[in-house]
Order: sequence, then structure tokens, then C-alpha cells
Amino acid sequence: MATVSAPKQVSVKEDAEALRKACQGWGTDEKAIIAVLGRRNAAQRRQIRHVYEEIYQEDLIKRLESELSGHFEKAVYRWILDPPDRDAVLANVELKKSGNKHHVIVEISCTKNPEELLAIRRAYHARYKRSLEEEVAYHTKGDTRRLLVALVSAFRYYGEEINTTLAKSEAKKLHEAIKDKKFDNEDVIRILSTRSIAQLQATFNCYREQEGTSITKNLPKNSSDEYIAMLRMAVRCLKDPKKYFEKVLRRSIEGIGTDEDALTRVIVTRAEKDLKEIKELYHKRNNVPLDKAVDKETSGDYKDMLLTLLGNEV
Amino acid sequence: MALPVHIEALDKAFSGIGVDEKSLISILTNSNEEHKRSLRKGSSKLFIEDENGFERWDQSSIKILKHQFNRFRDAVVLSLLHPWERDARLIEKAIRKGPKHYNVIVEVACTRSSDQLLGARKAYHSLFHHSIEEHLTHIKGRERKLLVALVSAYRYEGTGVNEDVAKSEAQILYEAINNGDKNKLLDHEDAIMILATRSKQHLQALYRHYSQSYGKTLAQDLEGEGILKDTVECLCTPQTYFTRVLEAAVKEDADEESKRALTRVIVTQKEQLVQEGFVPNKIQDILLGLYKDFLLASIASGDIK
Repeated sequence: MATVSAPKQVSVKEDAEALRKACQGWGTDEKAIIAVLGRRNAAQRRQIRHVYEEIYQEDLIKRLESELSGHFEKAVYRWILDPPDRDAVLANVELKKSGNKHHVIVEISCTKNPEELLAIRRAYHARYKRSLEEEVAYHTKGDTRRLLVALVSAFRYYGEEINTTLAKSEAKKLHEAIKDKKFDNEDVIRILSTRSIAQLQATFNCYREQEGTSITKNLPKNSSDEYIAMLRMAVRCLKDPKKYFEKVLRRSIEGIGTDEDALTRVIVTRAEKDLKEIKELYHKRNNVPLDKAVDKETSGDYKDMLLTLLGNEV
Repeated sequence: MALPVHIEALDKAFSGIGVDEKSLISILTNSNEEHKRSLRKGSSKLFIEDENGFERWDQSSIKILKHQFNRFRDAVVLSLLHPWERDARLIEKAIRKGPKHYNVIVEVACTRSSDQLLGARKAYHSLFHHSIEEHLTHIKGRERKLLVALVSAYRYEGTGVNEDVAKSEAQILYEAINNGDKNKLLDHEDAIMILATRSKQHLQALYRHYSQSYGKTLAQDLEGEGILKDTVECLCTPQTYFTRVLEAAVKEDADEESKRALTRVIVTQKEQLVQEGFVPNKIQDILLGLYKDFLLASIASGDIK
């Protein structure tokens, strides 16, 4: 369930005016921006942008980019975009970073339903004049490339039907690959990138029945091999996305310092989907509510934005 | 007694692609039993002398006739189907029938627009309750990687090509073909990635750079490489590909699959053929009957206004 509390009826004209007022004059009224945008769903935000452009002849996003800064600006920018566009931006940002960690690509391709992933690929065309697949292919090599391109190109069947015999045999294939440490086995990539989510869940369950442990436990944790790390992440995302996101949140907060990018990413991308359940998982796992942890670890307008998206009145 | 000219006419009615229905009506409806007996005796292609004293219909020719009579039906059905369902069914059939038919998968994946290919993938879900990629796993051969990649593509369709990248990727392909093991081309990761993810504009620029830099076309260098060559042609020079397929269909020794390509290409490429001013000189002589009328009318009329 969503955590964002967007009222059913809004006046997008009033919202646009309020945002304009917040940006005028010296300084910016960040609280007003949070109060409006932080409480609107995707459709409403889109209408607000449209009306704002009509009335004031300028792009609201560009305006906000120039008025805001830091983590707060990043959060607002990602929040205000249409979800597919947002994910396209997140994917592009990650691909352009040096180093091989492409977990956002895995996350995006494995936690969305087929139509959502498609919309992201379209948004990527529109924004970057290239396909997501070719960018991923260009920025990666070897096994990592094979896995990521396959995941990103998938258009999985969306139905609930499962074939138990197939699930059993593919669970066995996965087990053999893991046992022999042949993780780059063709079948592994094929199974993970082509089967429907329902079929995969059945396969993972069969794996557990056959081997006594879950498949994620049998994949090496914290492997220095980038490909194996991606593989493990893909399995975790496909198996239980909410659990995966809880962990990303936990990791972003615990320890010294906060990984604002990860924190923003999870909250912004899940606030309209299943952040409520993720919060509950977080509370169960860490004995402290996520809201309290965010309150403690972040500050200023950035904090207020996150707390608002989490459903609080600030 | 049947005149030789009637026997000849009967043979001719079945000896092309399609069936000369009018001729059959005029020959058979005017024949009495004796006439038909001499038609059967005279037609060595269709009938053989049975030891029990009658002219028996030859088994293999029954099969051929079945194909011949079905051509018009297939053209009608293919023409009427929603393009997404049509393409999904073409792909499913090709997967089922095996390696000789994989070029159809390449053809559909590479000559449709990105959104049309997407539509075909959606239709595939509805019709067969699996994704195309899943069904492609039935293929054990080395073509699988390329086919899965081609079918999963959602290529960018805008203009704007980075010529430097196109040139360097032309080089990658050149080296893969000429310096590497040609047998391993289907496993060459970079080559597959380039062909399966780059936009068609980009690949066409790459094709140009290849010819300029190496004095031969990429298609020429892939001569004999089956679906790799088909892939390159479909993406970069589709006209060449389709012309080749059409001409192969009407050759003397063409097999049934090649002949079926006639229906497929003319029906699915109708708009493009009309636009290019395709003239069916080489193919019309061998076409017969309603099937001929249907195909020729398809590429003569263009859209019904």
C-alpha cells in the first residue's frame, strides 16, 4: 500500500499557484513545496506540471531545479517525475557512474511488472534517444552484460499459471549450477530472465523443498565477483521485492553516515506502491519504525520531504 | 476420350503456385466418366496404375494439392489477422518447425517497428500463455542466443547516430568475422549485442562504414552464415532480403517452405512493396487462380481509400 496521502480532490491550479509563490522572491519556501508535492499522486503531479507550464510559461521542474539544492533537490526532482521517466533517469544516472555496480538496473528490471518495465524502456527512448538495452550493453561486459541485458529486455508473461513439473526441473537446474559454482550457466540467465514471476516463485519454492534452504542462502553473499553479486540481487528482487527494499533501506541508514541516494530512491519509488508493507517489515526487523530512523539520520528539508512521503504531517 | 490438350490443361492447373480454379471447373464439369478415365490415365503426375485395375491417386501428389488449395485460404487469413496475432503465430510456428524456419523469426523481429514487435510479444502472451523468450528455450542450437536477443529488442527509432561509434562497431564486427573463428560468430557477445540492441539507423550507418572501410558489404562477408546474414539484411537492407526471398519462392526447385514465403512476404510487406513500386514480373507467371488474383491485387492497389 502507498504511504503518500494524496487527497482525492485537488485543485491543480491552486497547487501551481502555491508552488509559484514558493519560488518567488528571495529564497524558497521549501515547506510549501513539500506540503503540495509531497501530498500528490503521480496523476496529480503531472497535471500540476501541465497547468503550471500553461499559466507561467515555464517548466516547473526546471524552476525547482534552479531553486533547490542538495539531497532535497534530488528527492524532489525524482519525486515529481512520472514513474517510468523517473526510473529511466535512475537507470541512466547509474550507468554513467564509473565502477561496475549496477544494482539499480537489476532492481528496476526485477521489481517491476512487465508493463511498467516497458514504459520505462519507452521513457528511456524519449529522454536519451537510445534504447536502455544498448546503453546497458555498452557499459557492461561479459557475464554481467548478458545477465543485465536479458533482465532489462524481458517482457515476461504476466499470468498466474504455473507448471509444477517445469518448476521442479528448473529448480534442479539452478541447484546444479550453484552446486558446481557454474553461475554463468546459460540456463541460469535464461530462467531468471524469461520465466513469469509466478513461475519463478514456484521454482524458488521447489528449490527450497528440494534443497532444504532457500536459493538466496546458497548464493555466495558479498561476493567480490560483480556478476555473482548481481545474480544474487536479481534472485532476491524476483523472490521477495519488499524484503529486498527493506534491506536496502536498512543498509542505507545503519552504520556511519547515510546513503541518501539509496534512501531517496527506495522511498520515492515505492511511496505510491508498497512502502507501507516495507515499513512494517522494517519495524519488525529493526525494532524501530522507519520514520523514527529517518528522523534521526537525516535533517532539514530533505528530512521533511522524506517524512511527508512516508505519510507524516510535518 | 480426353484430348491431349485437356490432359495438359489439367496438369497446368496444378503446376504453379496456387490452383487454376476456372480451368478445373471447365475441364471437370464437362467430363463424363469415360473422359475422366482418360484424364487419369494421361496424368502420370497425379495418378498411378494400381494392380487391381484402376487409376489410383498418388499419395505424394495429394499432399501437394492440399498445399496448393490452401494458399488462397492462408493468404486471406494472414491478411485479415491483426498484425500482432499474425506475427505471434508466425513466430510460434517457426519455433515449432525447427532450424530451417528460424529465418522467419529473424524476419519478424527485425523488419517490424519496435512497437509492432512489442505488440507481437503481447499477442504471444495472450495466445500461448508464455513469452516468446520462454518458448525459444526449446531451441537447443547455437542460434538461440541471437534469436532471444533479437526478439527482446525494443530499439530506439529516432534519428541521430554517433558515427564514431558506428565506425568502431563496424570494426568490431569485421574482426569478429575475419580474424576470429567464423564458427563461433553466433557466440560472439559483442557482435550479438550490437546487432540486437542498436537502432536500425545506427546499424545502417555501421553498414555504410563497413563497406567504405573494407571494400565489401557486411552481408557479403556473412555469406553462408544463415541467420546472421538474414539478421544483417533485414536490419540494414530489407529490400534486398525480401527480393531474395520472393525470387527463391518462384524458382523451379523451390520447396514448400520457400513457396509459403510468397504469401507471408506479400501480405506482411504489402505497404512497403507498393511504396517501393515493386513490380511482380518475376513472380506473376508462376502464380495461378484466386491466389494469384489476391496477391497481385494486394500489391497493385495499396490501401483501400
